[in-house]
Amino acid sequence: MLGIADAPSDLLRQYLTVGIMAGLGLLLAGVFLGLGYLVRPNRPQGQKYLTYESGVDPVGTGWSQSQVRYYVFALLFVMFDVEAVFIFPWATRLEAYGLFGLIEMAIFVFVLLLGLIYAWRKGVLRWV
Amino acid sequence: MMLASAPTAIPTPDVVWSALVPQLILMIGGVVMLTIVSVIKGRPIKGMYALYTVVVASAALLSTIPLWHRVLNPAEGPSSLVGAAVGFDGFSLLAIGIICVGVILCALLADGYLQREGIDGPELYVLMLLSAAGGGVMASANDLIVLFIGLEILSISAYVMTSMHARRLSSQEAGMKYFVLGAFASAFLLYGIAMIYGATGSTNLGDIQQFLAENILLKNGLLILGLALMTVGFGFKVAAAPFHQWAPDVYQGAPTPVSAFMASVVKVAGFAGFIRVFTVGFGTYILQWRPAIFALAVLSLLVGSIGAVVQTNVKRMLAYSSVNHAGFILLGLQAGALGTSGAMFYLGAYTFMVIGSFGVASLVGRVGDGRQSLDDYQGLSRSRPALALAMAFFLLAQAGTPLTAGFFAKFGVIKAAAETHNWSLAVIAMLSAVISAFLYLRIVVSMYFGGSAEEPATLSGPPVRVPASASIAIIVALVGTLAMGIVPEPFSKLAREATAQITAQPADTLRSGAPDFGPVAGP
Repeated sequence: MLGIADAPSDLLRQYLTVGIMAGLGLLLAGVFLGLGYLVRPNRPQGQKYLTYESGVDPVGTGWSQSQVRYYVFALLFVMFDVEAVFIFPWATRLEAYGLFGLIEMAIFVFVLLLGLIYAWRKGVLRWV
Repeated sequence: MMLASAPTAIPTPDVVWSALVPQLILMIGGVVMLTIVSVIKGRPIKGMYALYTVVVASAALLSTIPLWHRVLNPAEGPSSLVGAAVGFDGFSLLAIGIICVGVILCALLADGYLQREGIDGPELYVLMLLSAAGGGVMASANDLIVLFIGLEILSISAYVMTSMHARRLSSQEAGMKYFVLGAFASAFLLYGIAMIYGATGSTNLGDIQQFLAENILLKNGLLILGLALMTVGFGFKVAAAPFHQWAPDVYQGAPTPVSAFMASVVKVAGFAGFIRVFTVGFGTYILQWRPAIFALAVLSLLVGSIGAVVQTNVKRMLAYSSVNHAGFILLGLQAGALGTSGAMFYLGAYTFMVIGSFGVASLVGRVGDGRQSLDDYQGLSRSRPALALAMAFFLLAQAGTPLTAGFFAKFGVIKAAAETHNWSLAVIAMLSAVISAFLYLRIVVSMYFGGSAEEPATLSGPPVRVPASASIAIIVALVGTLAMGIVPEPFSKLAREATAQITAQPADTLRSGAPDFGPVAGP
């Protein structure tokens, strides 16, 4: 087992691995794209710069506004998503956690449920 | 492979519910309020929300008293509970007590404010209670992860509270700034925790303390980096220079009772976590972190006092002065175990002084909460003499005038700096107190001597209304400020007893063997 004193250099070595991988990735992509650039013929046309070359012409800019009422659903989605993120790992080990884990998760879900009740009573769930 | 093997039970910690009562009261109080208001229809009686919040916070405050006797009782003593993740000791109970006092006073201020602005609703009070519960968790956290959870509950509620005044653009802007910078600070803190975990192999303060006491690290770069990142994170949360840039904008833009909340409750919780992590977990590394805290203290003292002098907006002035006060409290922190009782006394005194000051500022702001320039205070002494007198007391107390809480608070932390032979720091602190006295006197002069001698200034704009709840809050804050200045001994004794008891030891290894740091603060 490694001593704790070696930890910094050990850590750095692991980051070095990540760095080498990232460098190799960039290099590979660069080599292939560069080769293609050198080999292919270059005949620029306006149509080739469209977002969908063979589809519907895009209208307006990419920075268009979206309906603000989707915002509430995005928030509610995040709420349930986070809930799921916590429930899944817990569910795989439910038997190991026993009654304690069951009660803890029940409290967690219950508190989130109260938040949902609040949102519902505030009329957030109604499509306006 | 992993099939058919019966799951082995994972050890789960014992939860000693009785020791967690103050935090639980705040948390459940907030959630119950949210549920009741969402189920019940119809308009509630005016002031009901604030009354409920005051009752809940008072119950939490009262519940700390029997617990306080339990930890001071030598037969039981301080311990760390729930798998050594929560410190049950005098320090955490005192911090929770101060937080509860802050919630009570801020809720009283918020009542009149919300009704005046026409935005009365339960949300601010719910967030206040939840934020205070997070602060309580943070103050008693004995594990860096628990500390982080407490910090997030505290901060996220505070972000929303800041932008509570939805019709004021500056309130929205302040909320956004606070959120973005606060998220940055949290990330710094979390990264620091990861580094500490890498260096010591634990996030538990007791284990970290034990590991550092038993091992000499030949390469401590990771640990130092972790400490540095945590200092940045905490520095942001307590608004210490050079991490204070958010404070003036946010304090100015936030609804004034929320500014009071941020300057009192959030700061107390932030400093409680700061002190506990650094003096308990990394007490053996004091020689490494003291220079950083020293630099933070000097910068906060100077930036806070000099930055405030050039301001003309009273809320911005108070924000810079809170940076200055953070510098004073850091003075106590850099002294290590010697200075914690001084720092706690300071936090208690500061809570009364700053809530009182922001309370008056919230009333003078009038409808729209916009009249906060020095000129708007001209003539206050004639139209509202009692309010002006209270404000003068709060400001003089912040300046550190004798017979007010501020004097003994400053005395305690400067004494701690002197005891660790940091004479230069003590001198800088006293100089900065002189500089900031100028700014407090500027507000007093504006209230009392505005206009020319022949034609004394009169209060411009609509008259200042003082709702009953706000006047109760200001009177309580005034009584607290004066009581801590005239008879400081009970309070400094409380701070001494509390800080003699910061512990990271699990219950079974520690019985009444708390180290005696000796008297530090008070006369």
